Amino acid sequence: MEAAAANATKAVPSIPRDTDGPVFREPWEAHAFAMALALHGRGLFTWNEWAAALADEIKRAQAAGDPDTGETYYRHWLATLEGLIAAKGVASPETQHRYRDAWDHAADRTPHGLPIELRPEDFAG
Amino acid sequence: MTGHDHDHHHDHDHSELSETELRVRALETILTEKGYVDPAALDAIIQAYETKIGPHNGAQVVAKAWSDPAFKAALLADASKAVSTLGHVSRVGDHLVAVENTPQRHNMVVCTLCSCYPWEMLGLPPVWYKAAPYRSRAVKDPRGVLADFGVSLPKETEIRVWDSTAETRFLVLPMRPAGTDGWSEQQLADLVTRDSMIGTGFPKTPGAPS
Repeated sequence: MEAAAANATKAVPSIPRDTDGPVFREPWEAHAFAMALALHGRGLFTWNEWAAALADEIKRAQAAGDPDTGETYYRHWLATLEGLIAAKGVASPETQHRYRDAWDHAADRTPHGLPIELRPEDFAG
Repeated sequence: MTGHDHDHHHDHDHSELSETELRVRALETILTEKGYVDPAALDAIIQAYETKIGPHNGAQVVAKAWSDPAFKAALLADASKAVSTLGHVSRVGDHLVAVENTPQRHNMVVCTLCSCYPWEMLGLPPVWYKAAPYRSRAVKDPRGVLADFGVSLPKETEIRVWDSTAETRFLVLPMRPAGTDGWSEQQLADLVTRDSMIGTGFPKTPGAPS
């Protein structure tokens, strides 16, 4: 896996890192990174393809006024992930939205202090 | 769901996930259900980076308490207030209690892993925190659990187990390692591990390979 991560940082030179490798500001960023690594491992895309899609995403965001401070890097990463997952026919934007709403519902019904888990009824209306 | 306020305030009635966290969880669920990713494999990648996630404020807090007796007293009296004087803004800030390890007493924390797990302070939770048996066994047989982690304590040392709740989070203040006289706060902070701040480990020993 370290080799996989090293390939990723080489092919995508903009990944925030220290001397050892990638660093993350928040846990979700590591989750987004891990998903890309796993999907690349499955052959869903090459790193060249990923880097090009990410660059497009960043350009789009900058045109829309993104401050480009580095703090938003993994937001662009996540948007790239969503875009490629749709483009490759894994899940449409509508499906992604439905799951996002279901998680929102799950959070709303979970009392504060308990782990949040997704249940079938979270998908209802 | 309409009319619901999704600001990042601390809400005591139910859990909150940010817009970004919702999108990340949505993708993880989809990819898992469709067989594109194995949750265990994702966990393994994330664990590999656990020391590279977040600001790790907790280690700095512990190092300062070791170096500055006035700060230590303030921390033990009111951890939320003491930590806020360092300029750390974190979700955990409001409900933090620091418990001090001494030769007489060792503290250990169990947690429900709610959406407010204080990762800003402690770093990511270890995988075994998610295991139900850990929680119950930690309460019934803390000495046995600690032994599993390679932590052996003198028989005379009392073990206190603290149950992290929605209202209160705990930070264990470990004992300062011997052989660190004159060390800077930064040097000391490098010795502070996540496990030492939840009581399932000791700080690193000076000079030992990290």
